[in-house]
Parts: sequence; structure tokens; C-alpha cells
Amino acid sequence: MELTGAEIFTRCLKDEGVEYLFGYPGGAVLHIYDALYQQKDVKHILVRHEQAATHAADGYARSTGKPGVVLVTSGPGATNAVTGIATAYMDSIPMVVFTGQVPTSLIGNDAFQEVDSVGITRPCVKHNFLVKDVNDLAVTIKKAFYIATTGRPGPVVVDIPKDITAQKAKYAYPKKVTMRSYNPVIKGHPGQVKRALKMILGAKRPIMYTGGGVILDNASKSLTDLVKMIGCPVTNTLMGLGAYPATDKQFVGMLGMHGTYEANMSMHHCDVLIAIGARFDDRVTGNIEKFCPSAKIIHIDIDPASISKNVKVDIPIVGGVSNVLKEMLKQLKETGEKPGKKSQSDWWKQIEEWRAMDCMKYDRDSVKIKPQNVVETLYKVTKGDAFVTSDVGQHQMWAAQYYKFDKPRRWINSGGLGTMGFGMPAAMGVQFAHPDKTVACITGEGSIQMNIQELSTLKQYGLPIKIINLNNGVLGMVRQWQEFFYEGRYAMSYMESLPDFVKLAESYGHVGFHIDKPEDVEGALKEAMKIKDRAVFLNFITDAEENVYPMIPAGAGLNEMILI
Amino acid sequence: MRHIISILMENEAGALSRVAGLFSARGYNIESLAVAPTDDPSLSRMTLVTSGTDEIIEQITKQLNKLVDVVKLFDMTEGEHIEREMMLVKVNTQSKNDREEVKRLADIFRGRIIDVTKDTYTIELTESCERLNAFLESLGNVSILEVVRSGVIGIIQGDKALTV
Ligand SMILES: Cc1ncc(C[n+]2csc(CCOP(=O)(O)OP(=O)(O)O)c2C)c(N)n1
Repeated sequence: MELTGAEIFTRCLKDEGVEYLFGYPGGAVLHIYDALYQQKDVKHILVRHEQAATHAADGYARSTGKPGVVLVTSGPGATNAVTGIATAYMDSIPMVVFTGQVPTSLIGNDAFQEVDSVGITRPCVKHNFLVKDVNDLAVTIKKAFYIATTGRPGPVVVDIPKDITAQKAKYAYPKKVTMRSYNPVIKGHPGQVKRALKMILGAKRPIMYTGGGVILDNASKSLTDLVKMIGCPVTNTLMGLGAYPATDKQFVGMLGMHGTYEANMSMHHCDVLIAIGARFDDRVTGNIEKFCPSAKIIHIDIDPASISKNVKVDIPIVGGVSNVLKEMLKQLKETGEKPGKKSQSDWWKQIEEWRAMDCMKYDRDSVKIKPQNVVETLYKVTKGDAFVTSDVGQHQMWAAQYYKFDKPRRWINSGGLGTMGFGMPAAMGVQFAHPDKTVACITGEGSIQMNIQELSTLKQYGLPIKIINLNNGVLGMVRQWQEFFYEGRYAMSYMESLPDFVKLAESYGHVGFHIDKPEDVEGALKEAMKIKDRAVFLNFITDAEENVYPMIPAGAGLNEMILI
Repeated sequence: MRHIISILMENEAGALSRVAGLFSARGYNIESLAVAPTDDPSLSRMTLVTSGTDEIIEQITKQLNKLVDVVKLFDMTEGEHIEREMMLVKVNTQSKNDREEVKRLADIFRGRIIDVTKDTYTIELTESCERLNAFLESLGNVSILEVVRSGVIGIIQGDKALTV
């Protein structure tokens, strides 16, 4: 029997095991929406803006490991989705985005709602396709999922002209695809692993620096086992938080621009650096000339192009992080060596001295609400077990610093692109994937307004997300830089004419809390956790003067932090 | 250093723009780019001339390999190879002197005069990039009306071949 392109589309998603499709309709995808209407397997979630569809799919993907799936119309639907696609691309998130396109006969004619979606998205996707024949539709969709989820994951765009969705073809969903031009290397070279292990075992001051790759490849358990056996300190990037339990003694905190003093000093003074699924981003390395001056560097990564891109590496290992770490554990067990923490007692003594500086201290007796305190209290009230999404700014850094993530896939933020407006839509995707879990979105009054319309989506689907608005009345991160580096000329970083967030939340049928006293923080959070049928908007009026510390200023090395 | 990178890629619409886009997005320079299908019509062969430090060339080859459409690539400059570029040059030959000079130079450089009008000669030359430059220089005072170059192509010397 022959199916229409639109029916083939829905069947493909079903056969691919897609649970949720985040999208927004329009002319070019009406055949597809009609086919979606007539089936029950794939649940379509209607957002209020295409950017939110991509972030929601992204949040779903980050919290589950499964690809997020998006459907938008041609033209403005596709361009609205671009920010979310670029966000996923920078953080290597598996995602498949379907964009409608004008009929093939009109492509190139400046037709109504035509844009070159393949051209516009090319620099921010892992790959993209334009489907030109209905007979290619199923195999193209299969390839899209295959590419998005294997190797270094990333978003894939499939552009489908409207006429293709009306034409008919025989349906068969391929079980497997192979592509001669795409064969990611999964298995690390055992010889390289052996060399690396020898270097690690000979180190006096080793440290593991791990990134989002560990989480993407579900390698937390192997990482934790390895760190325990070696006995070395471990630091996570912003993207890597939760890969190693933050409450464990061997964890020295996040590194980089707003990382801990002990993490950055340990990095600077280490003699062997083991980088795992991390990419030496400029926010992590500080001044590259001053980076880890006495270290030999081992780098494990699935993407060869990440290796020796910013920092020259001594032992590169190309392979899936999980695979390589398992091989390393196996080889380590074979050597019978189990160095443990005591083998590095001088190193640990030094690290404990750095830790004793207590770089995360802040004024706990303030009469104003301190944003750090809100995050710490959230941690306490949720027993450290919430899914936390965030937007971008100071609140993002405080969330990363003060919520101790013990599990992977709990901390969901836009690290690479730094997209304000990510938090709430991402939280929607997380909540769909984990309906019984607490999902909190830590945000600021600037960021939340970038996708505030999604309060309506929360209402439609009864998503009980806790919106933790650290409302300092300013674009805090911008203000902080202006204070530090522009002599306090606060150009455009003051947010005038804020809405009454409580009333706004209520107008969407949610619950709103206004909290302006430190003593009310805990009570409000506890109250919010009891509400299960709608969202809660907690508007915390926080100290506008507060800055994110510690900090590495631009051009400085990791050992040149500004402490409070 | 100058590198000649040969790329075998899927002969798909948009494959060329992925390569061009990669170079502009990452700020790598392209000196020349030549592309056409191979004997296997599903494959295109692209020859790209670029220059940069060893680190940049390493990144370029890695980033190219990362493109999903790229099947295989080889940096010709790593070993013995043969390089060719075709050039068509139209020159003003109104003066008898110039006519004779151009004819003489074309012979020396093993070029062919492929079109003649009352006032012009068009010469075809297939040589290495360097030799083509030398020819243009040798024209001296002869007035050049138009230069068309195909971009460099290259092949590995000896019995090794770049195939799928
Ligand atoms: C879409 C987008 N536009 C601009 C920026 C630049 N930017 C980074 S942080 C920031 C301020 C964020 O303010 P707010 O959300 O109130 O958070 P706060 O820093 O006050 O915690 C801005 C404007 C960005 N990251 N993303």
C-alpha cells in the first residue's frame, strides 16, 4: 500500500520510537499536521514560538539522552528555530528538526514563506537534508536520526517541501543505514590508552578535567570508578556538572571563569591533565598562553577535530568516552595497581589548602535576599534531586556553583551558545520526559522575558515547573562586567518597566509568589514544591549589587583569580 | 605552507557549499578550488589549495573529514604528486612584434594558440601553477586582455591512488 509523504513522516517517527514532537503549524506543514491528527503514537506538543520548540526538544534530549524532535513550518517558522538549533549544535545535543518548505516547483522563486533553510542552518547543524523525492523521505529521516545520535551528537535539519508530503510512495522504514562517508570512531586505540595509563600512574599531581562528553556518552559510572581508583582530583566544566558526584571529596568543583579557586589552582599546578569529553573552551582555559604550564596532556574525545584545536595534546585518544574509560579501567585492573588518594598525599595537602580559602563564601546575614542563598535553599528543599534548567547570566553561574549535582543529566543549560530564553522551554521538555520529577528553572528577569510566552504552553499541558526568578532588576552579568571593566557606566543593563510577574503568572492560571525577605525563601520554596498541577513563578527580589565570584578576568591565567 | 588537498565527496547538491562555508566560517583561506564528478558519478573530486601553519592544516583536514559528505581526503603535499592547472590567456597582438613574441613564448612554455583574431591571440597552457605564473610574467609588455584559470588539480605520483 502506498502512503502519502505526510503519512510516511508520522510512521517514521513512530518507528523511530519518537514520543514527543515539539512544534508549531503553518502552511507548508499542513499535510503533516493533518496526518498527525489522524494518529495517536506521536504526541505533538504545541509551543508558542518555534524557538521554544527547539529548546524544549533540546531539554528533552539532555535529560534523557534520546534525540529531541521538532516540526516547524517554512520561512519564519524555520528562522525562529535557528537559535535553538545553534544552541543544540554548540552543546552537541542530538536533535532532529523538520522544517516545512515551499513546493519543489516554487523553490528559488522567492515564494511566500520561502527561505533557504538548508543554507541558513548549514553552519549550525551537524548535517542537513532537502528531500526532493518522496521515495527518499523514509531513508532520509532514518539517516537524520542516525547522524544526530551517533559519533559526536548534534542537530540535523530535514527540509521537506510541501508537495513531497502529498505525493505517495511505498513505505518501508530501514532498520539500519550505513553511509560510506560517515563512520565515527567509537573504540579508542588500546595502545594509546596504555600509554595514557602509564603517564597517569607516573603522575605526582594529576587531575581529571571532564566535560559534556562524559554526560552525552553516559560514562559517569566509569568516570567515577576511574577517579576513585586513581585517587586524583576531578573538576567538571559547566557542561559536565553531574558527571561526577559534586558532594564527593575528590570533586574540586567547576573550573574556568567562575570556577572554584581549588579547581583552577589544581589545573594550573597539575603535572598530568586528563581531559575527557571536554574541548578546552576559552571560558575554561583563560589565557591559553598561561594554561597548565607544567602539564602533560591526555585528551579523550570522540571528535578528532576537538583534539589539539586550542591546546597541543601529548596523548590523544579518539573514541567514545564510555568505551575508552572502560578500556582504561580494564587495563588498570590488569596492572593490579590501585594508587588511591594516599599515593598523592602532598598533592591533596596542597589542594585542601586551596579549598580552605572557601572561595564560595558570601554574606549569609544580609538583609537582602542573596541569590546564592536561594540556590542553596532550593538544593536543600529538593534534596539535591531536582532537574535544574537555567537561562544565561549571573543566575546561571550561581546555579552551577551552589546546586550540587550528584547525577548526570540533571543540570541543563546553554553552555556553548549562552542563549538567554533557553531555561523555561528547556524545562518543558524535561518535564515531559520526567512527569513525576521536580523541574526547576533558575532564571533572571531579563532571560525569562525572552520566552515568557511559554507560560501559556505550561498552562495548556499543566506542567508544574518551578520558575525561580532571581530578580535583581538588572541584566546582572552585563552590569557586573560594566562595573569591573567599564568604570560603572551601566549602559542599557538596567531593566525598566518590569511586569508584575506574580500577576502575569496568575493571568496564565499559574501560581505566583513574591519574596523579598531572606527569611521567607525557604518557606516559599517548600510551598512551591507542593503544587503539582500548574507552574509556580517565584519572584525573588535579590540583591542587585551581588557579583559572581570568584572570577578570572579576560587575559588572565587560571592561577590569577579574583576572589571576593 | 601551501597545501593541495584532494577530497572525494558525495556528489550531492550542497556538498560544495559545505566546504566553502567551512572555510569562510573558520577563517581559512582558499587559493583555488576545482571540482567535478569522477568516473563514478556518485562521487565528486575536489582539489583545494590552501595555506597555513601545520596546526591550521591539521584543523582543516580534521574539519573537512568531519563533514558528513566527505568520503576521503588526502593532503597531496605530504608526498610526491603531480600538479596541473589549465589557463586560457587572451592577449592583444595588434603589433607584429607582439604577435611574434607571443608565438615564441607559447612554444617555449608548450602552450597552444587556440584562437586568433585580427587583434588577439588566445593561448591555452596546462602546467603547474608556478609555470603558469612564469608564463604570465614573461609576457612582459604584451597587453593581457583576459586570464582564466581552472584552479589546481593534483594526483599522487606512483601506483598509489585516492579511491573509495
Ligand atoms: C539571546 C541573548 N542576548 C544577549 C545575551 C548577552 N547576555 C548575557 S548575560 C545577560 C544578562 C542576563 O540578565 P538576566 O537574565 O536578568 O540574568 P542575571 O545576569 O541578572 O542573573 C545578557 C544580556 C545573551 N547571552 N543571550
